[in-house]
Amino acid sequence: MAYNLKEAVKRPERLTGGHRMCAGCGAPVVVRTILRAIKPEDHAVIGSATGCLEVSTCLYPYTAWKDSFIHSAFENAGATISGAEAAYNVMKKKGKIKGDIKFIAFGGDGGTYDIGLQSLSGAMERGHDMVYVCYDNGAYMNTGIQRSSATPTFADTTTSPAGSVIPGKTQLKKDLTLIMANHNIPYVAQSAPIGNFKDLHEKAEKAIYTPGAAFLNVMAPCPRGWRYDTPMLMQICKLAVDTCIWPLFEVENGKYKVNYKPKNKLPVEEFLKVQGRFRHMFKKGNEWMIEKFQKDIDEKWEMLLKLEG
Amino acid sequence: MRRKLKLSLDSDVTWKEISPGGVISEAGNAEKFKTGDWRSIRPVWIVEKCTQCMLCFPVCPDSSIPVDAEGKRTEFDFDHCKGCGVCAQVCPFDAIEMTEN
Repeated sequence: MAYNLKEAVKRPERLTGGHRMCAGCGAPVVVRTILRAIKPEDHAVIGSATGCLEVSTCLYPYTAWKDSFIHSAFENAGATISGAEAAYNVMKKKGKIKGDIKFIAFGGDGGTYDIGLQSLSGAMERGHDMVYVCYDNGAYMNTGIQRSSATPTFADTTTSPAGSVIPGKTQLKKDLTLIMANHNIPYVAQSAPIGNFKDLHEKAEKAIYTPGAAFLNVMAPCPRGWRYDTPMLMQICKLAVDTCIWPLFEVENGKYKVNYKPKNKLPVEEFLKVQGRFRHMFKKGNEWMIEKFQKDIDEKWEMLLKLEG
Repeated sequence: MRRKLKLSLDSDVTWKEISPGGVISEAGNAEKFKTGDWRSIRPVWIVEKCTQCMLCFPVCPDSSIPVDAEGKRTEFDFDHCKGCGVCAQVCPFDAIEMTEN
């Protein structure tokens, strides 16, 4: 069925208010949208790698989740949910469970790109019928903004402080979506909360209802770590997409499709200048940083267009 | 054995008042925890300007824009709204204004 926001809003809310994520956080917006894609009659079993989302939505004695939620460790969200899925299959075969249950793991970029990568890779390779969602906010925000392998080059974090010694993070951002696509699983997609949420909703629906393993990588801005004013959440996402810093694409059974090609590709400065973590790039003498950032983004965008063929 | 979950955890809570394994059996009970007092600015919904386009609904991180059975938005849930202002920013009709709390 074609996406219609006015119909989607009637779906039950599966993540309640009263969780302790920061005001204006991108992660609960992403989570709400993904959970809205579950058919109202289906139940979900959700696990989360350690991160802001886990520690803020499930603080004993409160839980913001209306579905079953498993508190997992940092490195094993993939293993936890794949184990739950395997148990469900056996119980279903024995007739002990009725109805359909969907399995979803959430992890931040720290728990996905870095610490949970092995368990994620294993779960995907074994082909469990589950979705792993990475909400990528580009650093270890929960513990105080330490750099991760998802942190963009030159970003100022507490463990890659921009100053006279280093220009912020010196390495490139790891391309996890392509790593997951090369696991040859049925569905991999990269998305962001944009406009009426069509892109994210449709990708979530496809990921959840495609049999087998699926992976979603979704940008989730962090006002604290990225240092921008909280109301700008949606503008930041739009700029990331329009500058091709965060392209929207999907890989369905090995076939690449770029879902959005900006008519007017904006220069990376538009995305960088609104965030405090990139402020040093605009100082006199640091023009080379912006040039390099633009070059890296252009190369990746060209590569993606080539993959689409 | 079922113990009654103690919702206010103070320093004199004992292990007998905590559920085995820390299990929370009441799904979505975070609704009982009010985060509205975090707010320093407050959204005001201007009903006359609102066209019910629903663009504000999905951007709320705190699920604080309730929707009725017909799919129309209703007044903000001020028990949970943290006043981030994302809804006011995305509204194409200026039907949400941020004011001092």
